[in-house]
Amino acid sequence: MTPANERSREVVFHARGLTKTYQMGEVQVQALRGVDLDLLAGELVVMLGPSGSGKSTLLNILGGLDTATSGEVSYRGRDLTRAGEQELTQYRRNHVGFVFQFYNLIPSLTARENVAAVTEISRQPMRPEEALDLVGLTGRLDHFPAQLSGGEQQRVAIARAVAKRPAVLLCDEPTGALDSTTGVLVLEVLENVNRELDTTTALITHNAGIAGMADRVIRLADGCIVSVERNASKQAARELSW
Amino acid sequence: MRALDRKLLRDLWKLRGVVLAIALVLVGGVATYIMSLSTYDSLLVTRDRYYRGQRLAEVFASLKRAPETLVERVREIPGVEKVATRVVAAVNVDIPGFPDPVSGRLISVPDRGEPLLNGIYLRRGRMVDSRRDDEVLVSESFAEAHRFRPGDEFYAIINGRRKKLTLVGIVLSPEYIYEIQPGAAFPDYQRFGVMWMARAPLAAAYDMEGAFNDIALTLTAGTHPDAVINRLDRLLDGFGGHGAYPRTDQLSYKFLSEELHQMQTMATVFPIIFLGVAAFLLNVVISRLIATEREEIGILKAFGYGNTDVGLHYVKLVLMIVMVGIAGGVAGGIWLGRGMAGVYTDTFQFPYLDFVLRPVVIVSAALVAVAAALTGTLHAVNRAVRLPPVEAMRAEAPAVYRPTVFERIGMQHLLAQPSRMIIRHIERRPLKALLTMAGMTAACGIVMVSNFQEDAIRYMVDVQYKMAANEDLSVHFIEPVSSRALYSLRSIEGVKHVEGFRAASARLRFEHRSYRTALEGVEPDGRLRRLLDADLRPIRLPQRGVVMTDYLAAMLRMKPGDRLRVEILEGARPVLEVPLVGTTRQYLGVSAYLPREELNRLLREGDVVSGAYLATDARLSDDVYARLKETPRVAGTVIQEAAIAQFYQTMEQTILFFTMVAAGLGAVIAFGVVYNSARIGLSERGRELASLRVLGFTVGEIAYILLGELMLLALVSLPFGFVFGRLLCEYLASQFDSDLYRVPAVLEPVAYSFTALVIILSTVVSGYLIWLRLRRLDLIAVLKTRE
Repeated sequence: MTPANERSREVVFHARGLTKTYQMGEVQVQALRGVDLDLLAGELVVMLGPSGSGKSTLLNILGGLDTATSGEVSYRGRDLTRAGEQELTQYRRNHVGFVFQFYNLIPSLTARENVAAVTEISRQPMRPEEALDLVGLTGRLDHFPAQLSGGEQQRVAIARAVAKRPAVLLCDEPTGALDSTTGVLVLEVLENVNRELDTTTALITHNAGIAGMADRVIRLADGCIVSVERNASKQAARELSW
Repeated sequence: MRALDRKLLRDLWKLRGVVLAIALVLVGGVATYIMSLSTYDSLLVTRDRYYRGQRLAEVFASLKRAPETLVERVREIPGVEKVATRVVAAVNVDIPGFPDPVSGRLISVPDRGEPLLNGIYLRRGRMVDSRRDDEVLVSESFAEAHRFRPGDEFYAIINGRRKKLTLVGIVLSPEYIYEIQPGAAFPDYQRFGVMWMARAPLAAAYDMEGAFNDIALTLTAGTHPDAVINRLDRLLDGFGGHGAYPRTDQLSYKFLSEELHQMQTMATVFPIIFLGVAAFLLNVVISRLIATEREEIGILKAFGYGNTDVGLHYVKLVLMIVMVGIAGGVAGGIWLGRGMAGVYTDTFQFPYLDFVLRPVVIVSAALVAVAAALTGTLHAVNRAVRLPPVEAMRAEAPAVYRPTVFERIGMQHLLAQPSRMIIRHIERRPLKALLTMAGMTAACGIVMVSNFQEDAIRYMVDVQYKMAANEDLSVHFIEPVSSRALYSLRSIEGVKHVEGFRAASARLRFEHRSYRTALEGVEPDGRLRRLLDADLRPIRLPQRGVVMTDYLAAMLRMKPGDRLRVEILEGARPVLEVPLVGTTRQYLGVSAYLPREELNRLLREGDVVSGAYLATDARLSDDVYARLKETPRVAGTVIQEAAIAQFYQTMEQTILFFTMVAAGLGAVIAFGVVYNSARIGLSERGRELASLRVLGFTVGEIAYILLGELMLLALVSLPFGFVFGRLLCEYLASQFDSDLYRVPAVLEPVAYSFTALVIILSTVVSGYLIWLRLRRLDLIAVLKTRE
C-alpha cells in the first residue's frame, strides 16, 4: 500500500486516549495509558511489544471483547466505547475474525465443525470446506483438534476466523506456540487472506522478525504506543525467519 | 445438526459416567414419584370401581333384631336412597384337620337375585341355592389359607348346633378388602373367615324370619351421613342398635385410606430428597464443566454467539441429562408401581387391580425434575452467560489456598503434606464440602428409612404382645354372661390363668368431638392385660374414672380431669359421665379402659363379662382348643401367637420389597454424590495430581489425596445422616399415625450399621472407579494442558 492510496482508504478503527485498568487478583494493572490509533481498510498492521505492553488489551478492545476504561474507539464510525453487550456481540458476529496464540479450538468438534460453528451464525459465510481449502487443510476436514499438529490447528483457527468473510482479522500471537517453519506457513495464510479478501488485519506479536510483512509496524511499551513505522518495502511472509 | 449441538452430544458422551450417576439419582426421584402416585391412583380407581360395581353401602348398622317392616321407616329418613337388610351371625368353625379354633362371620345373601347393596364378587364355583341350608360361599383369603375348593366340606356351630356345610363358591366382598376379625389387630386368614349363606335357612337358624339384625344404606347425592346416622340410631334404639357408622369408619375402608395416605407421603418426601440431591449434583457438574470450558465460551462469544446462545447451550445439556433421568424414572416407576400393585393384591383382597398411570403424573414428574435441575444449574449457567469473553479466554487466576484453622492453631506437625492438602482443599471450598456432605446425609436418611418400617413394626408388635397383652388367647362370648362362666374356662385342663373382661361398644364424646370404640372393663391387677404409660411402664387402673389411649385423648382434645360423656351403644343404652383420669401408650387401635367392676356398676348390671383372656400351657393347647369349640357360648377365639406369625408372613414380602427399594435408592444417591465429587475433583486437580506423579508419588498416594477427602467427608456425614434419618423416620411415622395404629420411630442399632455399610460401600465403589482413572492419568498430556 502506498501513502497515496492510503489517504483514499477508509478509516476502519479510530481510537483516541484509550486507557484500560483491570484487577488481577489483588493487584491493579494499568494495561493501556492513553493510546491514539487509526487502522485503515485493507492494511496489515503488526503490533510489536514485550509481554505486558498492552498489545493484547488493545486488540481485545478493538475486537469488542473488552471495553476501555476511558477514551474512545469507533469501528467505521460506530462507537464501541459505549456499545452494550448485545451490540458488541452483533459486532463480533458480523465483522470480526479472531486468531489466538493457543488456537482455542473446541476439542469436541472436528476441523470442519469448528468452522461450521461460526459459519452457522454468519450472514454471508463461505462453506467450511472452502475456508479450510483456503488454509490448505482440505485433507483434514474430519480430524479432531487432538489429531492435528499445532500449525494445522492454527490454520483451522484461521479458517474459522475468515470463514465469515470478516472485515477485520485480529490475530493475537498467532505463531507464538509454533516453530518458525510452521509459523511462516501460518503467516503465509494470513498474508494470503489479507490480499485475497482485502481483510484489515492486525497482528500482535513480541517477535520482531514478523514485522517485515506489515504495511505498518506499531510498537507498544508499557501501555503506550512508542512508534509507528511504515515499511518501505514490505516482505513476503515466506521470506521471513526468526 | 448444528455444530454446537454436536458439541453438546460429544460433551455428554465424554461426561457419560457423571451423566449416568446424576441420571440415576433423577431416576430415583422420578421413579418413586411415579411409583407412589401410580399405586395411589391404581388403588383409588380400583377401589372406586369395585365399590361402585358391588354397590358398597354408605351407612352401616347392626342391631339385635328388628322386623322387616322397619325398613319402610328407614326409607322415610330424608337422604336415604337404598336400604338392604341382612342376617349376620358370628359362628365357630370346625375344619377337619385344623385343631385351632376358627371364627367365622356368616352373612345372608338374598334368596333370589343379587344383594341390593354390598354385593359379592364370585371368583370360583357358583352362588348358593336358597333351598339348601348347608351351602355357603367363603371369602377367597380364607379359602386360600385352607386350600379350599368348591365342593369341600367343614363344620360350623350355628346357633349352638354343629352343622356340616358345603362350600359351593369362593367370593370377594368390598366390605372385606382387608379381612380382619373384629377386635383383632392383624388379619389371620386361617382363623377368621367370612361366609355367606342364603337368607331363608340362616334366618330360620337364628329365629330371624321376617326380621333382620344388620342394615345398610346408600344416600342420595349430597346427603351428609351424620344426619342420617342420627335418625337411624334413634330408630334402631328400641331394637338393640349398636350405633350406625359411615363408610369412612368401615374397617376395610379405613385401612385402605391409611395406605393411600402413606402413598401420598411417599410421593412427596422421597422425590423431594432425590431431586434436591440431583439439583445439587447438576450444579456441581455444570459449574465445573463451565469452568473447564471457559475458553470455549470465550471463543464462542468472540465469534459473535450471544448470551442467549451460550446459556441455551448449557441449558440444553442439563435438559438432556434430565431427559435420560426422566426416561429411566418413568420406566423404573412403572416397574416399581407394578411391583407395588402386586404387593397390594397380597395385602388387600381386590378382584382385579387396574394399573393406572395418568399422563399428568408423567408430565408433572418431568416438569418437577426439569424445574429442580434448572434451579440447581441456573447459577452456573448464568455465570457462563455473564462471563465477559476476554476474561473467559484468560486463564483463571490460581486458586487461593491458605493455611487451615487446623494449621493456624499449630497442629500441622500432626499432618503429612497429602493430609494437609486434603484439609486445605476442604477448607478452601467449604460450601462445596458442605453440599457434598448434605448429599451423603440425604443418602443416609433414605437408607435408614429402608430399615425403619420393619423395626417399627417389630417394636409395635413387641410392645403390644409382650408388654401389654400377654394372653395366649382371648375368648369372646356371644353376649355378656355371668362371670361364673370363667370357672368353666378355668376348669379346662391346660388353662393356667383366666381374666374376664367386659367390653361395651360406646360413643365417647367431649365437647363437639366424638369417637366410636369399645369401652373396656379389665381387671385392675390383671397379669394378662396391662396398661402402659408413655415410658411403657405398667400403670395401675384407678378405681374410678377412665384411662384412654393417649392418641384418642389427643383426638378428642381431652386432658386428665376433663369429664367424658359415654353413650353406651348396647343394652339399655345408658349415657354416662366419667372423668378422664389418665392416658396410656398403645400402638395398635384406640380404646378407653376402666376397672371391670366399675363398668359393671355404671351399666347397672351384675358381675358380667363379655369374654376372657387366657394363659395356657402350650403343650396342651390343642386340647384347650378342642374344649373351647365345644363351649356353646363362645363366639370367637383369637390366638395371639398365630395371629402374629401370620401377620409377619403377610408383611414379609411387603417389607422386603420396601427395604430393597429404599436401600437401593439410598445407595444410588451415595454413589452419585461420591462419584461426581471425585470426578469433578479429578478434573479440577488432574494437573496437580499428575505433577505429583511426575515428582514420584504413587497412584495410591495421589488417590489418597483425592479420595481421602471424600472418605473423610463420608465419615463426617454419617452422624449427620443418622440424625437426619432419624428425623425423617419420625416425620414419616407421624404421617402414618392414625386411630388404627401409631408407628413408633424406632431404629435398631443394626439399622445404623446397615446404613453406614451402604454409604461406605457406595463410596468405595465410586472410589474404585476413580482409581481406575487415576491409574490411566496421562502425565505428559496433563502437564501440557494450559490452565
